[in-house]
Amino acid sequence: MNAPRHPESFFRTEEGLGLWEHRGKVAAVGIGHSPTARRWDGRPETCVGALSLDALRRAMEDAGVDPANVDGLVMDPTTTTGAYWPRGRPAPEEVVNAFHATDNPLDGIAQLSSEWILGNMPELTDVGFAMYGDGCMARALCIAAQAVGDGLTHTCLVLKSWHNFEGRYYQGGSNAGSDLPGRSALSALWGAPVCYGTALQFAEYCRKYGKSHDMMAPFIENSRRNGLMFPEGYWAQHRPEEITPEDYQAARWIAKPANLFDNDLPIMMAAAYVLTTAERARDMRQEPVYILNHASSRTRPRSLTPTLDEVEEDTARSARKIYEGAGITAGDLSFENMYDGFALFHQFHLEGLGYRGVGFGEALDFYQTDISIHGPNPVLPSGGNIGCGRSRIWMHTDCMQQLQQRAGERQVTGVKPEVAVSGGPMPLGGNFLVWGATPD
Amino acid sequence: MKQGVVPDDLTRPFWEAANERRLVIQCCAACDRLQHPPGRRCHQCGSDEHIGWREVSGRATIYNYCVVHDTPVRVLQQDQPFNVAVVMLDEDPGIQMYSHLPGTPVDEVPVGAPVEVVFEATANGQFVPEWQVVEGAP
Repeated sequence: MNAPRHPESFFRTEEGLGLWEHRGKVAAVGIGHSPTARRWDGRPETCVGALSLDALRRAMEDAGVDPANVDGLVMDPTTTTGAYWPRGRPAPEEVVNAFHATDNPLDGIAQLSSEWILGNMPELTDVGFAMYGDGCMARALCIAAQAVGDGLTHTCLVLKSWHNFEGRYYQGGSNAGSDLPGRSALSALWGAPVCYGTALQFAEYCRKYGKSHDMMAPFIENSRRNGLMFPEGYWAQHRPEEITPEDYQAARWIAKPANLFDNDLPIMMAAAYVLTTAERARDMRQEPVYILNHASSRTRPRSLTPTLDEVEEDTARSARKIYEGAGITAGDLSFENMYDGFALFHQFHLEGLGYRGVGFGEALDFYQTDISIHGPNPVLPSGGNIGCGRSRIWMHTDCMQQLQQRAGERQVTGVKPEVAVSGGPMPLGGNFLVWGATPD
Repeated sequence: MKQGVVPDDLTRPFWEAANERRLVIQCCAACDRLQHPPGRRCHQCGSDEHIGWREVSGRATIYNYCVVHDTPVRVLQQDQPFNVAVVMLDEDPGIQMYSHLPGTPVDEVPVGAPVEVVFEATANGQFVPEWQVVEGAP
């Protein structure tokens, strides 16, 4: 069985749709994370496929779900962090042969099909619904939430996995070549790194509002501190290093005003969740975390890169969709947990949400106040990608764990965890989930 | 020197004009609206029936910039650090183009200053639009 790509009709992209029709009727009940690694070491048991099987099994175990009762799978077949399998290099036979292979020998190594997953998980005997959600976990979660609500699946696994190989980020492929195709040359000829668009927006933000890059230091410090309390994260597992304001301000530039610590570290990992109906969730091992809404942005910039005006208009629009479908306001948010990989756009999400009344141009001042997990205004208790590594997953897991009161050392203590929003990635084009400790 | 460019069907008019030292931008005649990067259809009305190309003046304004210290493009790494600016066309400030701003010192970019187009050869001889600050501009 190979999954179709998702139809756009699954997403709530417009304002004025009212309350989500399945508000509080879909719940997350299981979380599974694989171990992390900086890069693949070439062994079968650490390839991205193996990490994915591990995460899926952990999620079902966490939920107390019998694999035979799982009937849905939503996943992203693309697993690259920016590293690609070298053209012409054969897939290692010992890895291919260690699994139930598909027609593509790089399946499970440099990509991931639903056929590969189901072929290697014989315990999943009843999966009748499978769908691809490209891009990141937020998109896959939106699809799964809608599918469970619509009755297309009653117990659905949601999977996002990442591979990383040797070599520097995005430095292979056409970037190492002598020529570019005409379409990509319109932007790629100038050699801007991936963080360039965000750095541009941040530069304009600082000019417009009179802010400076060093004002990001408390946010970065807070993110890494929280990330080091996330035992599933890369930095906690492999490099328990805090970032001080001095470290941050001394870091080398990538695309000034974006420095090394404003960029997330590409890693290998997989994470999976179990979504089910609110009725079934009551009988499972963990406290259900109810999905109150999902919302998406499909805004595209007018030209090559989004302007600050385009970003601010769209984050505000996304917030209105998020709140409308969930029937909540900014005042209902227990904490703030939006995407951060790159750090320099996190404030756009926060300001768009109007978290704690913070308006456009005010987030960097807000970062100078108590944004810790122990204060009244927690920002990114997950630590995000800056605190845990590049996966676009941490804020979802953290929202669930915070609302279940099982976030361990990261558990927020200055607020009662009742309602949270997670999502991203970029300010334009993101997908967002609203989580509730109760269905209403 | 920048990487070479191999024009494709969609962008060939843009690159051919650059070789003639002209700047053309895709335009929907029905909407009277420029769009860049080009597409198969008008980004506004969705039609592919009125898509064409319009020559523009080659005057623009610097909107924003960053200084690249760590480029993924191999042939540019020896030139680091360098400016990468966004300029916006005088005909339509919604239309952006990238520029290394030849002649402008690194990190001394006059945001808001007028610029004019020049054409620069790439590694395979294809010319590409670049932008220079207009002399005498503040």
